[in-house]
Amino acid sequence: MADCARKGRTRDSMDKSITLPPDEIFRNLENAKRFAIDIGGSLTKLAYYSTVQHKVAKVRSFDHTAKETEGDPLYEISVQEEITARLHFIKFENTYIETCLDFIKDHLVNTETKVIKATGGGAYKFKELIEKKLRLKVDKEDEMTCLIKGCNFVLRNIPHEAFVYAKHADSEFRFQNTHPDIFPYLLINIGSGVSIVKVESEDKFERIGGSSIGGGTFWGLGALLTKTKRFDELLQLASRGQHSSVDMLVKDIYGGAYSSLGLTGDLIASSFGKSATTDKEFSKEDMAKSLLHMISNDIGQLACLYARLHNLSRVYFGGFFIRGHPVTMHTITYSINFFTKGEVQALFLRHEGYLGAIGAFLKGAEEDNPNQYSWGENYAGSSGLMSVSPDLNPMQRARSGTFDMLEMDRLERQLVNLPLLQDPSSYVPDTVDLTEDALAREYWLSCFEDALDGVVKRAVASQPDLPQAAERAEKFRQKYLHKLQTLRHQPFAYGSLTVRSLLDTREHCLNEFNFPDPYSKVKQKENDVALKYFQKVVMSLEKLSWEQRQFALVKGLLAGNVFDWGAKAISDVLESDPEFGFEEAKRQLQERPWLVDCYNEWLERLKGPPHKCALFFVDNSGIDIILGVFPFVRELLCRGTEVVLASNSGPALNDVTNSELQILTERIAAMDSVIQTALKEDKLTLVQSGSSSPCLDLSRLDKALATVVLERHTDLVVIEGMGRAIHTNYYAMLNCESLKLAVIKNSWLAERLGGKIFSVVFKYEVPFKSQELKQ
Amino acid sequence: MKQKDYHCENGGATKTELEEAREREATASPASGSSMMTSAGRASSSNARRTAEPPVKSRPPFPWFGLDIGGTLVKLVYFEPKDITAEEEQEEVENLKSIRKYLTSNVAYGSTGIRDVHLELKELTLCGRTGNLHFIRFPTQDMHAFLQMVRQKHFSSLHTTLCATGGGAYKFEPDFRMMANLQLLKLDELDCLVRGILYIDSVKSNGPSECYYFENPSDPEHCIQKPYRLENPYPLLLVNIGSGVSILAVYSEDNYRRVTGTSLGGGTFLGLCCLLTGCSTFEEALDMASRGESTRVDKLVRDIYGGDYERFGLPGWAVASSFGNMMCKAKQESVSKEDLARATLVTITNNIGSITRMCALNENIERVVFVGNFLRVNTLSMKLLAYAMEYWSKGQLKALFLQHEGYFGAVGALLELLNPST
Repeated sequence: MADCARKGRTRDSMDKSITLPPDEIFRNLENAKRFAIDIGGSLTKLAYYSTVQHKVAKVRSFDHTAKETEGDPLYEISVQEEITARLHFIKFENTYIETCLDFIKDHLVNTETKVIKATGGGAYKFKELIEKKLRLKVDKEDEMTCLIKGCNFVLRNIPHEAFVYAKHADSEFRFQNTHPDIFPYLLINIGSGVSIVKVESEDKFERIGGSSIGGGTFWGLGALLTKTKRFDELLQLASRGQHSSVDMLVKDIYGGAYSSLGLTGDLIASSFGKSATTDKEFSKEDMAKSLLHMISNDIGQLACLYARLHNLSRVYFGGFFIRGHPVTMHTITYSINFFTKGEVQALFLRHEGYLGAIGAFLKGAEEDNPNQYSWGENYAGSSGLMSVSPDLNPMQRARSGTFDMLEMDRLERQLVNLPLLQDPSSYVPDTVDLTEDALAREYWLSCFEDALDGVVKRAVASQPDLPQAAERAEKFRQKYLHKLQTLRHQPFAYGSLTVRSLLDTREHCLNEFNFPDPYSKVKQKENDVALKYFQKVVMSLEKLSWEQRQFALVKGLLAGNVFDWGAKAISDVLESDPEFGFEEAKRQLQERPWLVDCYNEWLERLKGPPHKCALFFVDNSGIDIILGVFPFVRELLCRGTEVVLASNSGPALNDVTNSELQILTERIAAMDSVIQTALKEDKLTLVQSGSSSPCLDLSRLDKALATVVLERHTDLVVIEGMGRAIHTNYYAMLNCESLKLAVIKNSWLAERLGGKIFSVVFKYEVPFKSQELKQ
Repeated sequence: MKQKDYHCENGGATKTELEEAREREATASPASGSSMMTSAGRASSSNARRTAEPPVKSRPPFPWFGLDIGGTLVKLVYFEPKDITAEEEQEEVENLKSIRKYLTSNVAYGSTGIRDVHLELKELTLCGRTGNLHFIRFPTQDMHAFLQMVRQKHFSSLHTTLCATGGGAYKFEPDFRMMANLQLLKLDELDCLVRGILYIDSVKSNGPSECYYFENPSDPEHCIQKPYRLENPYPLLLVNIGSGVSILAVYSEDNYRRVTGTSLGGGTFLGLCCLLTGCSTFEEALDMASRGESTRVDKLVRDIYGGDYERFGLPGWAVASSFGNMMCKAKQESVSKEDLARATLVTITNNIGSITRMCALNENIERVVFVGNFLRVNTLSMKLLAYAMEYWSKGQLKALFLQHEGYFGAVGALLELLNPST
């Protein structure tokens, strides 16, 4: 098969050699180690592990025992080099294998690697070439084992990996939540033949069946019938054909439907049943279509029979027959729906083509225990799901798909579900799916595009002393702009498009060009300013009656949240008017009743017994955390409630990071005995969320956080800010009390929610169970 | 068969046929009269499963036909009474005689109608009458020629009910009415199929066995056909391979369920063969297949793994990808039409085998009866199915076949005609 594809390509006069842009493809080869290669019928997938050196902003507290002088910054920011691990996966056509191997050889410098793990049908064929070119020993791994290993890996680590395909729906791709338990599932791999594999756990899987009627049958028979050589062209033909001229339908036999059995007239009774005649010519398109239906239906039927026999409802499809082809995804989906009457959904994977390479790589990396880490898809370095428009001509598609990349960053923390989620399997972090909501999608894409100038400016300003900041910022602009354009055409490229994914992509792109923390200096300045007012704010609160104080605390929390560089409306104001103060913010807030107003219920609750422990997901630096959150936290502590402050592990916009918060807390403790005592008695704990996003995914949180939450018997969760409480988690159901509060600093969103800019959302929720208990 | 042929031949033959028929009826009736006793005796002595035998009362008038109009073939069963008394003969109208004569004295009708003489059931007692059951088939595409003939023979003047099943009973109903002035009694094809099988098996319980299987299917040298007694047949998986395939789980005579079906059936084999080899008939396609070699067309497990794929217990000879070698231009050029026909046959047959096997597992049924005209003169497929059932189920499943392969629907339709409740 591989042979054929190669010959076919050469004849199509495609360039065999191409110039590879090294900063785009095969990145970080200098530090690459642990290679794996999966050579299929027409595509090669290369995997390697590299360490990436990138800059991170570190904060370090000054020694404050010395006498403070006016204007001294609170802490020091330094940009340091940090090394993180990254997995690179590159997919290219077999035609380029020699060029690619040469390129790798030339760029591979610091590697101690001696072997390359190989899998796929072509691994044997190219063994000598690889060994000669790379001087690495080829170590062959079982194809199916690699496939399953890879499949487990992507299902566990990439949110929105799996999707259902709906050709005629508003959004063709409907992405699935990652189920906390990915097992058991059925994997139907449609290569030249079909393998049906039942996967029960990480190490336990079984090939329970298969069929010889697969992609090779479509290709082989199709080539004979239509004299068309290429698989892609066959699919093209099929997408234009009418199968009813070749197939015998139920209505051809019955004149209509076979109603007593519920078989509709359009159902195929006999594939190719009308072609048993010599006096008629059939078009290539029609034959290809008929063949496609025949094979898809057959595979779908077998898949259903196996799923039923083994009582499995999660069925994933992969293999070159599927690989991003809308035509085959549609026919397979149709078939599964038909045979299971909708009980089983055909699931597809965004990174299906990489499974073998990922698995082979993991096989070779077992000593590094890659499965003990959590990994995240790097949106900056990954190509995303290719455009699969059937209208695209196959040559174009082949070219655009020439180099496809997936990069995964090793996350420093292992990520788990928040143990307080009511139903982890149905939890969806994002409030609006922009893949499905075209209006919202258009708005947010434009919004991010408009904000780009500001971000670029901010990025340059953050590194006055570092070289090429302007050039790098410009590259960042280009990259992010390109991503936005891609997403405009292929909103499904990285799974469901959400405000969160747009924000995260921006962070990834900034990191890519070494802008680890563009807001570090802004945050520093704001923190400095806010700290000066802390005691004053606390004192004025102390003067109020209990009830007045409770309201002032909430209002302070909300006013603090107005200070947000992430929202364009605010960043404009902050930029032009740095004196925009806390009091001014309070005046800007919407008067009660708020857009969502549960304040009365919250006040009633506060009259009751104190909470055991509150988990508080904090938002911005400066006024927000210091003058809004800390007084509120202080009150909780005074009530006897323990508090866990969860902040980002890494920087995102002007959100306060865990390391910044530690310094801030120390400084506040020095001024405030309540905080100091709480720290000393371990009643106030700082944890990191495990995230570097302005939004919050409660299904991917630092394991340590989850442990603390359980140990402290947390019975209240406070989520603050637009990113964490509106764009995400607005509908999140927890099994303890929760407070979601934010100021809507975006007029479009405010209008959509039925309010105006600076509308307040104050959502206090009590889960059903505890409500009943109280009554 | 082209419409024209039917026309000419029938038109030209009518007169002589009639004359001949008169002569033959005259000599045949006494013999059939005596055989009625024999038949009846045999019927009563046979086991209790003969419930399909309708009571003597309220017998419909002759002629007795059962028609099954499928996607590719029309199957016609005709009961030729051999016990006609002189009195009856006197009353018998010309048309009736003419039809009987035409059907029983020929083995071919037009250029495509064929009577399967070897399947004829002689001295059968049906509804108190004794006679021979004839099995006739012709392509569905010649339906209009058939209707022309029916009109020509003034079939409508006999005021008989024509029981028909298969999709064509619905599709051609208006044609029967318009062209031949006949009202069809439409019957469900699966009801007819099940009833027909049970009936034929019951009437043949003393004669040569209707049901058979293949012994040693895995050993081509010693693979032989053996009779099988289909006693206590339930539950039974019934696989009807016509143009398409229907799979039924049969739990009792009137408790069955269509489990599933596939569009990859006999029509697919013939359709693909026609496109790939330029052949035009089933016989031609089968003949080519018998001389071809599918392993040149298919990609086998050993072509990929060099031998067995031991990790999953897949033998090297197993087909990994049907037509998989045809992805390669060079290999396309090295195969013959015979190879392609063989590969098509093997692909379709194995696929039916594997769907059947999965259904049997899901339904927890161990006995599978394969019927339908795809199996006619197709020992290759039958042996393949027998082998596939045994090999992949590790001997758990048994593949059974029936002599009257494709005619059970038509037989069921005939039985319905004789059923007083209809």
